Amino acid sequence: MFADRQTVTPRALRRLILEESYRAHVGHIGSALSVVDLLAALYGGVIRSKSPDDPDRDRFVLGKGHAALALYAALFLRGWLSRAELASYCADDSRLGVHPTHHLPGVDFSTGSLGLGLSIAAGSALAARLLGKDRRTYVLLSDAECNEGATWEAAMFAGHHRLANLIVIVDVNGQQALGPTAEILNQSRMPERWASCGWTVREVDGHVPAAVRKALSPDPQEPLVVLAQTVSGRGVSFMERQVSWHYLPMSDEQYAIALAQSEALA
Amino acid sequence: MRREFIAKLCELAASDRRIMLLTADLGFSVVEPFAQAYPDRFVNVGVAEQNMIGVATGLAEAGFLPFCYSIATFATLRPYEFIRNGPVAHELPVRIVGVGGGFDYGTGGSTHHSLEDIAVMRALPGMMVLAPIDGPQAAAALQCLWSAPSPIYFRLGKDSPQVAISGGRFEFARAQTLRRGTDILLISTGAMVVETMRAAEILAGAGMLAMVLSVPCLAPAPLADLRSALADASAVLTIEAHQQAGGLGSLVAEVLAEARLARPFRRLAASQPGAGRGGSAAWLLERNGLTADAIAVAAQTLLF
Repeated sequence: MFADRQTVTPRALRRLILEESYRAHVGHIGSALSVVDLLAALYGGVIRSKSPDDPDRDRFVLGKGHAALALYAALFLRGWLSRAELASYCADDSRLGVHPTHHLPGVDFSTGSLGLGLSIAAGSALAARLLGKDRRTYVLLSDAECNEGATWEAAMFAGHHRLANLIVIVDVNGQQALGPTAEILNQSRMPERWASCGWTVREVDGHVPAAVRKALSPDPQEPLVVLAQTVSGRGVSFMERQVSWHYLPMSDEQYAIALAQSEALA
Repeated sequence: MRREFIAKLCELAASDRRIMLLTADLGFSVVEPFAQAYPDRFVNVGVAEQNMIGVATGLAEAGFLPFCYSIATFATLRPYEFIRNGPVAHELPVRIVGVGGGFDYGTGGSTHHSLEDIAVMRALPGMMVLAPIDGPQAAAALQCLWSAPSPIYFRLGKDSPQVAISGGRFEFARAQTLRRGTDILLISTGAMVVETMRAAEILAGAGMLAMVLSVPCLAPAPLADLRSALADASAVLTIEAHQQAGGLGSLVAEVLAEARLARPFRRLAASQPGAGRGGSAAWLLERNGLTADAIAVAAQTLLF
Protein backbone atom coordinates (compact mmCIF):
# COMPACT_ATOMS: atom_id res chain seq x y z
CA MET A 1 0.00 0.00 0.00
CA PHE A 2 2.78 2.39 0.98
CA ALA A 3 6.24 2.18 -0.58
CA ASP A 4 8.22 2.08 2.64
CA ARG A 5 7.07 -1.39 3.63
CA GLN A 6 9.59 -3.10 5.92
CA THR A 7 9.97 -6.31 7.85
CA VAL A 8 8.03 -6.38 11.14
CA THR A 9 10.87 -7.04 13.59
CA PRO A 10 10.83 -6.46 17.34
CA ARG A 11 13.71 -4.00 17.09
CA ALA A 12 12.02 -1.93 14.40
CA LEU A 13 8.77 -1.90 16.41
CA ARG A 14 10.58 -0.79 19.57
CA ARG A 15 12.38 2.00 17.75
CA LEU A 16 9.12 3.37 16.34
CA ILE A 17 7.38 3.13 19.72
CA LEU A 18 10.19 5.04 21.41
CA GLU A 19 10.44 7.66 18.64
CA GLU A 20 6.74 8.39 18.52
CA SER A 21 6.06 8.36 22.25
CA TYR A 22 9.05 10.66 22.78
CA ARG A 23 7.94 13.02 20.04
CA ALA A 24 4.32 13.07 21.27
CA HIS A 25 5.46 13.20 24.91
CA VAL A 26 2.92 10.57 26.04
CA GLY A 27 3.00 7.44 28.19
CA HIS A 28 1.76 3.83 27.91
CA ILE A 29 5.30 3.01 26.72
CA GLY A 30 5.68 0.02 29.06
CA SER A 31 2.47 -1.58 27.74
CA ALA A 32 3.52 -1.10 24.12
CA LEU A 33 7.00 -2.55 24.65
CA SER A 34 5.45 -5.52 26.47
CA VAL A 35 3.68 -6.73 23.28
CA VAL A 36 6.37 -6.02 20.70
CA ASP A 37 7.44 -9.64 20.20
CA LEU A 38 3.79 -10.79 20.10
CA LEU A 39 2.95 -8.28 17.37
CA ALA A 40 6.13 -9.18 15.48
CA ALA A 41 4.85 -12.77 15.39
CA LEU A 42 1.28 -11.81 14.46
CA TYR A 43 2.22 -9.30 11.76
CA GLY A 44 5.28 -11.24 10.66
CA GLY A 45 3.22 -13.91 8.91
CA VAL A 46 0.55 -15.25 11.27
CA ILE A 47 -2.27 -12.82 10.37
CA ARG A 48 -3.32 -13.52 6.77
CA SER A 49 -4.46 -10.34 5.08
CA LYS A 50 -3.95 -9.11 1.55
CA SER A 51 -5.23 -5.65 2.38
CA PRO A 52 -7.00 -3.93 5.27
CA ASP A 53 -10.32 -3.95 3.39
CA ASP A 54 -10.28 -7.55 2.15
CA PRO A 55 -13.51 -9.03 3.63
CA ASP A 56 -11.85 -12.45 3.95
CA ARG A 57 -8.82 -11.16 5.86
CA ASP A 58 -8.06 -12.49 9.31
CA ARG A 59 -9.39 -10.07 11.93
CA PHE A 60 -7.34 -8.70 14.81
CA VAL A 61 -8.72 -7.19 18.01
CA LEU A 62 -6.33 -5.32 20.28
CA GLY A 63 -8.22 -5.92 23.54
CA LYS A 64 -5.57 -3.96 25.42
CA GLY A 65 -6.20 -0.83 23.36
CA HIS A 66 -3.68 1.15 25.42
CA ALA A 67 -0.89 -0.62 23.50
CA ALA A 68 -2.12 1.00 20.27
CA LEU A 69 1.23 2.61 19.47
CA ALA A 70 2.75 -0.86 19.03
CA LEU A 71 -0.07 -1.71 16.62
CA TYR A 72 0.43 1.52 14.64
CA ALA A 73 4.12 0.68 14.35
CA ALA A 74 3.25 -2.80 13.03
CA LEU A 75 0.75 -1.36 10.54
CA PHE A 76 3.43 1.06 9.32
CA LEU A 77 6.02 -1.69 8.89
CA ARG A 78 3.39 -3.79 7.14
CA GLY A 79 2.93 -0.96 4.66
CA TRP A 80 -0.64 -0.08 5.66
CA LEU A 81 0.11 3.22 7.36
CA SER A 82 2.15 6.08 5.92
CA ARG A 83 5.15 7.54 7.75
CA ALA A 84 3.39 10.91 7.75
CA GLU A 85 0.29 9.50 9.42
CA LEU A 86 2.35 7.53 11.96
CA ALA A 87 4.02 10.83 12.84
CA SER A 88 0.59 12.28 13.71
CA TYR A 89 0.37 10.04 16.81
CA CYS A 90 -1.56 11.92 19.51
CA ALA A 91 -1.64 15.15 17.48
CA ASP A 92 -4.82 17.20 17.08
CA ASP A 93 -7.07 15.99 14.25
CA SER A 94 -5.18 12.66 14.08
CA ARG A 95 -6.64 9.17 13.59
CA LEU A 96 -3.87 7.83 15.84
CA GLY A 97 -4.84 8.26 19.47
CA VAL A 98 -3.68 6.48 22.61
CA HIS A 99 -6.41 3.88 21.88
CA PRO A 100 -7.12 2.64 18.35
CA THR A 101 -10.16 3.52 16.24
CA HIS A 102 -11.56 1.40 13.42
CA HIS A 103 -11.61 4.47 11.21
CA LEU A 104 -7.91 3.75 10.64
CA PRO A 105 -7.35 1.17 7.87
CA GLY A 106 -5.90 -1.97 9.46
CA VAL A 107 -7.76 -1.51 12.75
CA ASP A 108 -10.74 -3.85 12.56
CA PHE A 109 -12.40 -2.76 15.81
CA SER A 110 -12.08 0.25 18.11
CA THR A 111 -10.93 -0.64 21.60
CA GLY A 112 -9.78 1.11 24.75
CA SER A 113 -12.41 -0.07 27.22
CA LEU A 114 -11.09 -3.35 28.64
CA GLY A 115 -13.39 -6.37 28.47
CA LEU A 116 -15.16 -5.65 25.17
CA GLY A 117 -12.56 -7.13 22.82
CA LEU A 118 -13.07 -10.84 23.34
CA SER A 119 -16.86 -10.56 22.93
CA ILE A 120 -16.55 -8.79 19.60
CA ALA A 121 -13.93 -11.29 18.49
CA ALA A 122 -16.21 -14.20 19.41
CA GLY A 123 -18.95 -12.67 17.24
CA SER A 124 -16.48 -12.18 14.43
CA ALA A 125 -15.35 -15.83 14.66
CA LEU A 126 -18.96 -17.07 14.78
CA ALA A 127 -19.73 -14.97 11.69
CA ALA A 128 -16.84 -16.55 9.76
CA ARG A 129 -18.10 -20.01 10.63
CA LEU A 130 -21.69 -19.19 9.62
CA LEU A 131 -20.45 -17.75 6.32
CA GLY A 132 -18.23 -20.77 5.64
CA LYS A 133 -15.08 -18.62 5.55
CA ASP A 134 -11.73 -19.97 6.72
CA ARG A 135 -10.62 -16.64 8.14
CA ARG A 136 -9.55 -16.46 11.77
CA THR A 137 -9.93 -13.86 14.48
CA TYR A 138 -6.92 -13.03 16.66
CA VAL A 139 -7.20 -11.17 19.95
CA LEU A 140 -4.52 -9.70 22.19
CA LEU A 141 -5.71 -9.31 25.78
CA SER A 142 -3.87 -7.94 28.78
CA ASP A 143 -3.71 -10.06 31.89
CA ALA A 144 -5.55 -7.33 33.82
CA GLU A 145 -8.30 -7.58 31.20
CA CYS A 146 -8.99 -11.00 32.69
CA ASN A 147 -10.33 -9.08 35.74
CA GLU A 148 -13.28 -8.09 33.56
CA GLY A 149 -16.33 -10.32 33.97
CA ALA A 150 -17.28 -9.84 30.33
CA THR A 151 -14.02 -11.49 29.25
CA TRP A 152 -15.25 -14.68 30.91
CA GLU A 153 -18.75 -14.37 29.43
CA ALA A 154 -17.04 -14.41 26.04
CA ALA A 155 -14.59 -17.16 27.03
CA MET A 156 -17.49 -19.42 28.06
CA PHE A 157 -19.35 -18.58 24.85
CA ALA A 158 -16.39 -19.36 22.58
CA GLY A 159 -15.66 -22.60 24.43
CA HIS A 160 -19.28 -23.72 24.32
CA HIS A 161 -19.55 -23.03 20.58
CA ARG A 162 -16.09 -24.52 19.94
CA LEU A 163 -14.92 -21.50 17.96
CA ALA A 164 -11.68 -23.04 16.74
CA ASN A 165 -11.11 -20.03 14.47
CA LEU A 166 -10.69 -17.79 17.52
CA ILE A 167 -7.15 -17.35 18.84
CA VAL A 168 -6.27 -15.32 21.91
CA ILE A 169 -2.92 -14.19 23.22
CA VAL A 170 -2.84 -12.97 26.81
CA ASP A 171 0.04 -10.58 27.46
CA VAL A 172 0.95 -11.89 30.90
CA ASN A 173 3.28 -9.14 32.08
CA GLY A 174 2.06 -9.30 35.66
CA GLN A 175 1.46 -5.54 35.82
CA GLN A 176 -1.68 -3.51 35.97
CA ALA A 177 -2.54 0.13 36.39
CA LEU A 178 -1.88 0.38 40.12
CA GLY A 179 0.52 -2.48 40.79
CA PRO A 180 1.37 -6.14 40.28
CA THR A 181 -1.57 -8.29 39.17
CA ALA A 182 -0.79 -10.84 41.86
CA GLU A 183 -1.41 -8.24 44.55
CA ILE A 184 -4.51 -6.64 43.02
CA LEU A 185 -6.69 -9.57 41.96
CA ASN A 186 -5.63 -13.18 42.13
CA GLN A 187 -4.59 -14.51 38.70
CA SER A 188 -3.59 -17.96 39.91
CA ARG A 189 -4.35 -21.11 37.90
CA MET A 190 -5.00 -19.11 34.74
CA PRO A 191 -4.37 -22.14 32.46
CA GLU A 192 -7.01 -24.12 34.34
CA ARG A 193 -9.48 -21.24 34.17
CA TRP A 194 -9.32 -21.10 30.37
CA ALA A 195 -9.22 -24.88 30.00
CA SER A 196 -12.35 -25.22 32.14
CA CYS A 197 -14.14 -22.92 29.66
CA GLY A 198 -13.30 -25.31 26.83
CA TRP A 199 -10.11 -23.74 25.47
CA THR A 200 -6.83 -25.27 24.37
CA VAL A 201 -4.17 -23.57 26.48
CA ARG A 202 -0.49 -23.06 25.62
CA GLU A 203 2.12 -21.21 27.64
CA VAL A 204 5.05 -19.55 25.96
CA ASP A 205 7.87 -17.07 26.50
CA GLY A 206 6.30 -13.99 24.94
CA HIS A 207 9.65 -12.54 23.93
CA VAL A 208 10.62 -15.32 21.53
CA PRO A 209 8.68 -14.56 18.33
CA ALA A 210 9.46 -17.93 16.76
CA ALA A 211 8.06 -19.71 19.83
CA VAL A 212 5.01 -17.44 19.83
CA ARG A 213 4.42 -18.18 16.13
CA LYS A 214 4.57 -21.89 16.82
CA ALA A 215 2.21 -21.63 19.79
CA LEU A 216 -0.30 -19.75 17.63
CA SER A 217 -0.94 -22.75 15.40
CA PRO A 218 -4.72 -23.23 15.80
CA ASP A 219 -6.29 -26.22 17.47
CA PRO A 220 -8.67 -27.93 15.04
CA GLN A 221 -11.41 -28.41 17.64
CA GLU A 222 -11.32 -25.64 20.22
CA PRO A 223 -10.54 -21.97 20.61
CA LEU A 224 -6.91 -21.43 21.49
CA VAL A 225 -5.40 -19.22 24.17
CA VAL A 226 -1.67 -18.57 24.33
CA LEU A 227 -0.56 -17.33 27.73
CA ALA A 228 2.54 -15.32 26.84
CA GLN A 229 4.89 -14.52 29.70
CA THR A 230 6.19 -11.02 29.07
CA VAL A 231 7.96 -8.14 30.77
CA SER A 232 6.36 -4.70 30.73
CA GLY A 233 8.78 -2.11 29.35
CA ARG A 234 10.78 -4.92 27.71
CA GLY A 235 14.16 -3.82 26.35
CA VAL A 236 14.63 -0.67 28.41
CA SER A 237 16.22 -1.43 31.77
CA PHE A 238 14.67 1.40 33.77
CA MET A 239 11.18 0.69 32.39
CA GLU A 240 11.07 -3.06 32.90
CA ARG A 241 8.44 -4.17 35.45
CA GLN A 242 7.89 -0.56 36.59
CA VAL A 243 4.24 0.49 36.99
CA SER A 244 5.24 4.15 36.57
CA TRP A 245 6.03 3.52 32.87
CA HIS A 246 2.34 2.83 32.32
CA TYR A 247 2.03 6.60 32.65
CA LEU A 248 5.29 8.51 32.19
CA PRO A 249 6.65 10.19 29.07
CA MET A 250 10.44 10.17 28.51
CA SER A 251 12.92 12.96 29.15
CA ASP A 252 15.66 13.66 26.54
CA GLU A 253 18.21 11.72 28.55
CA GLN A 254 15.89 8.76 29.14
CA TYR A 255 15.06 8.68 25.45
CA ALA A 256 18.73 8.44 24.45
CA ILE A 257 19.35 5.58 26.88
CA ALA A 258 16.16 3.77 25.87
CA LEU A 259 17.02 3.93 22.16
CA ALA A 260 20.53 2.63 22.73
CA GLN A 261 19.35 -0.27 24.91
CA SER A 262 16.56 -1.15 22.51
CA GLU A 263 18.93 -1.27 19.52
CA ALA A 264 21.27 -3.59 21.43
CA LEU A 265 18.47 -6.13 21.91
CA ALA A 266 17.43 -8.60 19.20
CA MET B 1 -46.60 -7.14 21.04
CA ARG B 2 -43.42 -9.24 21.30
CA ARG B 3 -45.08 -12.20 19.55
CA GLU B 4 -46.22 -10.06 16.61
CA PHE B 5 -42.69 -8.68 16.41
CA ILE B 6 -41.11 -12.14 16.30
CA ALA B 7 -43.69 -13.30 13.75
CA LYS B 8 -42.71 -10.43 11.45
CA LEU B 9 -39.02 -11.18 12.08
CA CYS B 10 -39.59 -14.81 11.02
CA GLU B 11 -41.27 -13.59 7.86
CA LEU B 12 -38.39 -11.24 6.98
CA ALA B 13 -35.77 -13.87 7.83
CA ALA B 14 -37.22 -16.17 5.16
CA SER B 15 -35.88 -13.91 2.44
CA ASP B 16 -33.02 -12.15 4.26
CA ARG B 17 -30.37 -14.59 5.44
CA ARG B 18 -28.51 -11.84 7.29
CA ILE B 19 -31.14 -11.77 10.05
CA MET B 20 -30.12 -13.49 13.30
CA LEU B 21 -31.87 -13.67 16.66
CA LEU B 22 -29.76 -13.66 19.81
CA THR B 23 -31.30 -13.96 23.25
CA ALA B 24 -29.79 -13.68 26.71
CA ASP B 25 -31.81 -16.72 27.81
CA LEU B 26 -35.21 -15.01 27.78
CA GLY B 27 -38.29 -15.24 25.59
CA PHE B 28 -40.06 -18.43 26.69
CA SER B 29 -43.10 -18.93 24.44
CA VAL B 30 -41.95 -16.01 22.25
CA VAL B 31 -38.70 -16.83 20.45
CA GLU B 32 -39.43 -20.50 19.67
CA PRO B 33 -40.95 -19.89 16.20
CA PHE B 34 -37.72 -18.27 15.05
CA ALA B 35 -35.53 -20.86 16.78
CA GLN B 36 -37.43 -23.68 15.08
CA ALA B 37 -37.54 -22.08 11.63
CA TYR B 38 -33.93 -20.87 11.61
CA PRO B 39 -31.89 -22.95 14.09
CA ASP B 40 -28.60 -21.88 12.47
CA ARG B 41 -29.43 -18.22 12.96
CA PHE B 42 -30.71 -18.45 16.53
CA VAL B 43 -28.22 -18.20 19.40
CA ASN B 44 -29.04 -18.29 23.09
CA VAL B 45 -25.88 -16.70 24.50
CA GLY B 46 -26.85 -17.52 28.08
CA VAL B 47 -27.44 -14.97 30.82
CA ALA B 48 -24.72 -12.68 29.50
CA GLU B 49 -26.08 -9.44 28.05
CA GLN B 50 -22.70 -7.77 27.62
CA ASN B 51 -21.39 -10.68 25.60
CA MET B 52 -24.61 -10.72 23.56
CA ILE B 53 -23.93 -7.15 22.40
CA GLY B 54 -20.23 -7.82 21.78
CA VAL B 55 -21.00 -10.95 19.75
CA ALA B 56 -23.66 -9.03 17.81
CA THR B 57 -21.07 -6.35 16.99
CA GLY B 58 -18.70 -8.95 15.55
CA LEU B 59 -21.54 -10.53 13.58
CA ALA B 60 -22.73 -7.18 12.21
CA GLU B 61 -19.21 -6.27 11.06
CA ALA B 62 -19.33 -9.40 8.90
CA GLY B 63 -22.65 -8.38 7.36
CA PHE B 64 -25.27 -9.97 9.64
CA LEU B 65 -28.32 -8.19 11.10
CA PRO B 66 -28.36 -9.45 14.70
CA PHE B 67 -31.46 -8.86 16.88
CA CYS B 68 -30.58 -8.99 20.60
CA TYR B 69 -33.56 -9.97 22.75
CA SER B 70 -34.04 -9.56 26.50
CA ILE B 71 -36.17 -7.78 29.07
CA ALA B 72 -35.81 -4.04 28.41
CA THR B 73 -33.76 -3.21 31.52
CA PHE B 74 -31.32 -6.08 30.96
CA ALA B 75 -31.03 -5.37 27.24
CA THR B 76 -30.15 -1.70 27.69
CA LEU B 77 -28.76 -0.87 31.12
CA ARG B 78 -26.48 -3.85 31.80
CA PRO B 79 -24.59 -3.73 28.47
CA TYR B 80 -24.94 0.02 27.95
CA GLU B 81 -21.23 0.71 27.54
CA PHE B 82 -20.92 -2.27 25.16
CA ILE B 83 -23.74 -0.76 23.08
CA ARG B 84 -21.92 2.58 23.06
CA ASN B 85 -18.48 1.24 22.16
CA GLY B 86 -19.80 -1.58 19.96
CA PRO B 87 -22.62 -0.92 17.48
CA VAL B 88 -22.86 2.82 18.12
CA ALA B 89 -19.13 3.59 17.81
CA HIS B 90 -18.76 1.23 14.83
CA GLU B 91 -22.05 2.38 13.23
CA LEU B 92 -23.21 -1.21 12.81
CA PRO B 93 -26.80 -2.47 12.35
CA VAL B 94 -27.28 -4.24 15.68
CA ARG B 95 -30.91 -4.31 16.89
CA ILE B 96 -31.71 -4.31 20.60
CA VAL B 97 -35.14 -5.68 21.38
CA GLY B 98 -36.16 -4.73 24.92
CA VAL B 99 -39.38 -6.30 26.12
CA GLY B 100 -41.52 -4.86 28.90
CA GLY B 101 -41.05 -1.11 28.65
CA GLY B 102 -42.42 0.69 31.71
CA PHE B 103 -44.26 -1.36 34.32
CA ASP B 104 -45.19 -4.30 32.09
CA TYR B 105 -43.46 -6.83 34.33
CA GLY B 106 -45.63 -5.65 37.26
CA THR B 107 -45.11 -8.03 40.15
CA GLY B 108 -41.61 -8.81 38.84
CA GLY B 109 -40.56 -5.77 40.84
CA SER B 110 -38.26 -2.82 40.32
CA THR B 111 -35.40 -4.79 38.72
CA HIS B 112 -37.82 -5.64 35.90
CA HIS B 113 -39.41 -2.21 35.41
CA SER B 114 -37.83 -0.33 32.52
CA LEU B 115 -38.08 3.34 33.40
CA GLU B 116 -34.78 4.79 32.15
CA ASP B 117 -34.31 3.06 28.80
CA ILE B 118 -35.67 5.82 26.56
CA ALA B 119 -33.45 8.41 28.23
CA VAL B 120 -30.23 6.45 27.98
CA MET B 121 -30.86 5.06 24.51
CA ARG B 122 -31.78 8.39 22.97
CA ALA B 123 -28.54 9.84 24.35
CA LEU B 124 -26.57 7.58 21.99
CA PRO B 125 -25.72 9.30 18.68
CA GLY B 126 -27.16 7.49 15.67
CA MET B 127 -29.29 5.11 17.73
CA MET B 128 -32.90 4.87 16.57
CA VAL B 129 -35.34 4.54 19.48
CA LEU B 130 -38.75 3.09 18.71
CA ALA B 131 -41.67 2.49 21.08
CA PRO B 132 -44.67 1.11 19.18
CA ILE B 133 -48.16 1.24 20.65
CA ASP B 134 -49.25 -2.29 19.81
CA GLY B 135 -48.37 -5.46 17.92
CA PRO B 136 -49.43 -4.27 14.47
CA GLN B 137 -47.36 -1.10 14.83
CA ALA B 138 -44.35 -3.06 16.13
CA ALA B 139 -44.56 -5.28 13.04
CA ALA B 140 -44.93 -2.24 10.79
CA ALA B 141 -41.91 -0.52 12.35
CA LEU B 142 -39.85 -3.67 11.84
CA GLN B 143 -41.03 -3.98 8.24
CA CYS B 144 -40.03 -0.35 7.67
CA LEU B 145 -36.58 -0.42 9.29
CA TRP B 146 -35.25 -3.97 9.51
CA SER B 147 -32.39 -3.37 7.10
CA ALA B 148 -31.53 0.22 8.15
CA PRO B 149 -27.76 0.69 8.47
CA SER B 150 -27.84 2.24 11.97
CA PRO B 151 -28.37 0.51 15.31
CA ILE B 152 -31.97 0.39 16.56
CA TYR B 153 -33.60 0.03 19.98
CA PHE B 154 -37.10 -1.46 19.93
CA ARG B 155 -38.93 -0.82 23.22
CA LEU B 156 -41.69 -3.39 23.10
CA GLY B 157 -44.64 -4.04 25.37
CA LYS B 158 -44.78 -7.45 26.94
CA ASP B 159 -48.29 -8.05 25.70
CA SER B 160 -50.27 -6.17 23.11
CA PRO B 161 -53.00 -3.86 24.35
CA GLN B 162 -56.42 -5.39 23.72
CA VAL B 163 -57.53 -2.41 21.65
CA ALA B 164 -55.46 -2.00 18.50
CA ILE B 165 -55.39 1.72 17.78
CA SER B 166 -52.31 2.24 15.65
CA GLY B 167 -53.99 0.91 12.53
CA GLY B 168 -50.75 -0.96 11.92
CA ARG B 169 -49.21 2.24 10.62
CA PHE B 170 -45.67 3.44 11.25
CA GLU B 171 -43.74 6.21 9.56
CA PHE B 172 -40.05 6.81 10.21
CA ALA B 173 -39.33 10.00 12.20
CA ARG B 174 -43.01 10.92 12.19
CA ALA B 175 -45.58 11.35 14.94
CA GLN B 176 -49.07 9.98 14.47
CA THR B 177 -52.21 12.02 15.10
CA LEU B 178 -54.80 9.66 16.57
CA ARG B 179 -57.46 12.15 17.55
CA ARG B 180 -58.08 15.78 16.73
CA GLY B 181 -59.11 18.48 19.17
CA THR B 182 -58.22 22.05 20.07
CA ASP B 183 -58.59 22.27 23.83
CA ILE B 184 -55.43 20.39 24.85
CA LEU B 185 -52.67 18.37 23.22
CA LEU B 186 -51.92 14.97 24.79
CA ILE B 187 -48.62 13.40 23.64
CA SER B 188 -47.70 9.83 24.53
CA THR B 189 -45.60 6.88 23.43
CA GLY B 190 -45.77 3.09 23.47
CA ALA B 191 -48.67 1.31 25.09
CA MET B 192 -49.40 4.39 27.24
CA VAL B 193 -51.07 5.81 24.12
CA VAL B 194 -53.96 3.44 24.86
CA GLU B 195 -54.59 5.00 28.30
CA THR B 196 -54.14 8.42 26.73
CA MET B 197 -56.86 7.68 24.14
CA ARG B 198 -59.18 6.56 26.95
CA ALA B 199 -58.42 9.79 28.79
CA ALA B 200 -59.37 11.74 25.65
CA GLU B 201 -62.72 9.89 25.64
CA ILE B 202 -63.32 10.85 29.26
CA LEU B 203 -62.46 14.47 28.49
CA ALA B 204 -64.80 14.47 25.50
CA GLY B 205 -67.57 13.36 27.84
CA ALA B 206 -66.83 16.49 29.89
CA GLY B 207 -66.95 18.70 26.81
CA MET B 208 -63.19 19.03 26.34
CA LEU B 209 -61.70 18.14 22.95
CA ALA B 210 -58.19 16.72 23.20
CA MET B 211 -55.79 16.12 20.38
CA VAL B 212 -53.78 12.91 20.82
CA LEU B 213 -50.33 12.61 19.28
CA SER B 214 -48.46 9.31 19.41
CA VAL B 215 -44.65 9.30 19.15
CA PRO B 216 -43.55 5.75 18.24
CA CYS B 217 -40.25 7.03 16.83
CA LEU B 218 -38.43 8.86 19.65
CA ALA B 219 -35.06 9.04 17.90
CA PRO B 220 -34.67 10.50 15.41
CA ALA B 221 -37.38 12.70 16.92
CA PRO B 222 -40.31 13.78 14.76
CA LEU B 223 -39.31 17.39 15.19
CA ALA B 224 -41.42 18.91 12.42
CA ASP B 225 -44.58 17.11 13.56
CA LEU B 226 -43.95 18.08 17.19
CA ARG B 227 -43.25 21.74 16.37
CA SER B 228 -46.36 21.98 14.27
CA ALA B 229 -48.62 20.33 16.85
CA LEU B 230 -47.12 22.31 19.72
CA ALA B 231 -47.53 25.60 17.86
CA ASP B 232 -51.24 24.90 17.42
CA ALA B 233 -51.80 23.70 21.00
CA SER B 234 -53.25 25.77 23.81
CA ALA B 235 -51.88 23.43 26.50
CA VAL B 236 -49.64 20.35 26.45
CA LEU B 237 -49.60 17.20 28.59
CA THR B 238 -47.10 14.37 28.03
CA ILE B 239 -47.76 10.85 29.29
CA GLU B 240 -45.18 8.05 29.54
CA ALA B 241 -44.36 4.93 31.53
CA HIS B 242 -40.79 6.11 32.11
CA GLN B 243 -38.85 8.38 34.45
CA GLN B 244 -39.50 12.05 33.90
CA ALA B 245 -35.84 12.81 33.22
CA GLY B 246 -34.78 12.21 29.64
CA GLY B 247 -37.97 10.63 28.33
CA LEU B 248 -40.75 11.78 26.00
CA GLY B 249 -41.67 14.73 28.23
CA SER B 250 -38.06 15.91 28.20
CA LEU B 251 -38.01 15.65 24.42
CA VAL B 252 -41.20 17.72 24.13
CA ALA B 253 -39.83 20.30 26.60
CA GLU B 254 -36.71 20.64 24.45
CA VAL B 255 -38.80 21.24 21.35
CA LEU B 256 -41.06 23.75 23.14
CA ALA B 257 -38.11 25.71 24.49
CA GLU B 258 -36.15 25.80 21.24
CA ALA B 259 -39.25 26.87 19.31
CA ARG B 260 -39.87 29.60 21.94
CA LEU B 261 -43.36 28.30 22.58
CA ALA B 262 -44.72 29.17 26.01
CA ARG B 263 -47.62 26.85 26.79
CA PRO B 264 -49.17 25.45 29.96
CA PHE B 265 -47.16 22.21 30.14
CA ARG B 266 -46.93 19.19 32.41
CA ARG B 267 -45.11 15.86 32.16
CA LEU B 268 -46.87 12.80 33.57
CA ALA B 269 -44.33 10.05 34.20
CA ALA B 270 -43.28 7.39 36.68
CA SER B 271 -42.88 9.39 39.84
CA GLN B 272 -43.70 7.11 42.76
CA PRO B 273 -40.96 4.64 43.63
CA GLY B 274 -42.29 1.45 45.15
CA ALA B 275 -40.48 1.82 48.48
CA GLY B 276 -40.56 -1.92 48.83
CA ARG B 277 -44.20 -2.35 47.83
CA GLY B 278 -45.08 -3.79 44.45
CA GLY B 279 -48.07 -5.07 42.53
CA SER B 280 -49.55 -5.61 39.10
CA ALA B 281 -48.76 -3.34 36.17
CA ALA B 282 -52.26 -1.86 36.51
CA TRP B 283 -51.69 -1.13 40.20
CA LEU B 284 -48.32 0.47 39.48
CA LEU B 285 -49.77 2.69 36.75
CA GLU B 286 -52.52 3.79 39.12
CA ARG B 287 -50.01 4.53 41.89
CA ASN B 288 -48.04 6.66 39.43
CA GLY B 289 -51.02 8.59 38.13
CA LEU B 290 -50.85 7.01 34.71
CA THR B 291 -54.40 5.70 34.28
CA ALA B 292 -56.97 7.22 31.91
CA ASP B 293 -58.84 8.78 34.84
CA ALA B 294 -55.68 10.33 36.31
CA ILE B 295 -54.58 11.63 32.90
CA ALA B 296 -58.01 13.23 32.40
CA VAL B 297 -57.85 14.91 35.80
CA ALA B 298 -54.32 16.18 35.09
CA ALA B 299 -55.51 17.61 31.75
CA GLN B 300 -58.42 19.44 33.39
CA THR B 301 -56.17 20.76 36.16
CA LEU B 302 -53.68 22.06 33.62
CA LEU B 303 -56.37 24.04 31.82
CA PHE B 304 -58.21 25.53 34.77
